[in-house]
Amino acid sequence: MSDVVPPAAPSPSAPDDAVVRLSDVSVVYGKNYALRGVSALFSKGAVGLLGPNGAGKSTMLKSLLGFVTPTEGRMTVLGLDVAESPLEIRARIGYMPENDAHIPGMNAVSFVAYCGELAGLGRVDAMQRAHEVLYYVGLDEARYRNVETYSTGMKQRIKLAQALVHDPDLLFLDEPTNGMDPKGRDEMLELVRDLGHNKGVNLILSSHLLPDVEYTCDRVVVMDGGRIATQGPIDELKGPSGRVYEVRAKSGADRLVQLLKAAGMECKATDEDVMRVFVPVGKSARDVFAVAAAEGIQLRHVRPSVPTLEDVFARAVGEA
Amino acid sequence: MPIHDQGYRRFGGSRSGRGNAWLVIASSIIRSMLQTKKFMVLLIVAWFPFLVRVGQVYFSANFSQIAFLAPTASTFREFLDQQSSFVFVVTIYVGAGLIANDRRANALQIYLAKPLTRAEYVAGKAAALMAFLMFITFVPGILLLLVQILLAGSFAFVSKNLFLFPAITVYSILECTLATFGMLALSSMSKSRRFVGIMFAGLILFTKAIQGMFWLLTRSSAASLISPTASLSRVGDTIFRVPPRYDTPIVASLLVVILLVVVSIIVLERRVRGVEVVA
Repeated sequence: MSDVVPPAAPSPSAPDDAVVRLSDVSVVYGKNYALRGVSALFSKGAVGLLGPNGAGKSTMLKSLLGFVTPTEGRMTVLGLDVAESPLEIRARIGYMPENDAHIPGMNAVSFVAYCGELAGLGRVDAMQRAHEVLYYVGLDEARYRNVETYSTGMKQRIKLAQALVHDPDLLFLDEPTNGMDPKGRDEMLELVRDLGHNKGVNLILSSHLLPDVEYTCDRVVVMDGGRIATQGPIDELKGPSGRVYEVRAKSGADRLVQLLKAAGMECKATDEDVMRVFVPVGKSARDVFAVAAAEGIQLRHVRPSVPTLEDVFARAVGEA
Repeated sequence: MPIHDQGYRRFGGSRSGRGNAWLVIASSIIRSMLQTKKFMVLLIVAWFPFLVRVGQVYFSANFSQIAFLAPTASTFREFLDQQSSFVFVVTIYVGAGLIANDRRANALQIYLAKPLTRAEYVAGKAAALMAFLMFITFVPGILLLLVQILLAGSFAFVSKNLFLFPAITVYSILECTLATFGMLALSSMSKSRRFVGIMFAGLILFTKAIQGMFWLLTRSSAASLISPTASLSRVGDTIFRVPPRYDTPIVASLLVVILLVVVSIIVLERRVRGVEVVA
């Protein structure tokens, strides 16, 4: 293992500011484990929940909401036990579901105000908050339109609005940029970043899109196959810069990958002809040159690179 | 710095205690239904039989030539029987989409991510439908009784038939509860309100047809037990102390009605969930 990405560390040494804790949680659908002995901590601020499709991200959120009952393990949200106080928890959290979801037959402002009332706000307060959050998410001009006539991007925004209307202490955002065009996606990410960094709302952003998590979150929990692959602050997980190199060979790239791997250096081919080489402690770029020279492979490009969350993810889920 | 920040602000107001969510759901449904012109027309039409009965009470009280039209206990039984057709229509009109529409729009996960239980969600939906059904059964039934007292100018009829107050109340509650929970159970099983409406109508009419065929073939009304409406009618006849139209035991008919409500609640318990797990 290289030291570029520290190994998974779902340790029970919890930071005091954890808003969500999972201890050895397992969820089984029929005979299939959706979560298998998951222990994780989500601290205050913006935390990404990253993983490929089917990794168990949505199941984790649904378990925290009480929609799914774990077969074993314990979960707490905002210091409250999910099994004992689900309603108290739901009064303090906002949930933006992954798929299209709305109350039929309502316009946006009625829908959001209705959600506020369901969460315990008075009718007048709920209506006032509905207008405010619709303005915040950029739907103020369309707030009297029936939600069913909204575009996909607008539906994503209104889902965020209904999750925010009662001013939750913690937001669960499940794939918030799904189906959005690039401009809408950027705007949504700005909103999420603003909420997490400027408005004091704790949030868990579940996504399979690494750039989304990297842009909006400070910490990340990476999941794969129903388990925690790694977790921690994104900057720490990336490791020090300069340990990753972008390398391009004139020819024999495949052979070079094999040789570098044999020399104990992890390689990850990218879409282009550039490969990313993870150099472990005790080795340097000189070793990359040496391996290539020994085989007569001409290197065209060797450049120190900044580790990205993609590297963290690739290492964590074993795709390197 | 802007004078008034129109960005996201934390909420500083108060929140109501838990347990009101069902009321929010019910009142929202009632408000939205009352804004529908077609439904308002339906409600008004559902009160026509009441007006006719008021006429009957008035004329029989004031014109001795038609005193034979004077109301009896069975008049109220017949009145509620007539209202059953409106109960059928209103149940389909209001109830078919109550849960089916939420399932179609994935609204259940929105509801159940809020601080309310599944029971509160069902209670809210049931309360709205019950309110409309009671408005066309219990309310006109009791009003008719009060009108009879007013127009007759004496308490003689009421004191002789004091059981009519609880009879109208109990029968209305029984009928509305059966219709409400039966419809909600069906509504929770589909994402199409149209399909739910057809299923409900089919269930009522088909069981009635089977019962009719069985009666034609055997001249036995035992098959009334397979028809929810026939079982309810049998119970209603006993409640109103009129000769029963089916010779099935009252206990059996009552058990059928209770069983249907219990089965509906079990279906709702299984179908109303924040997430649908297909193992």
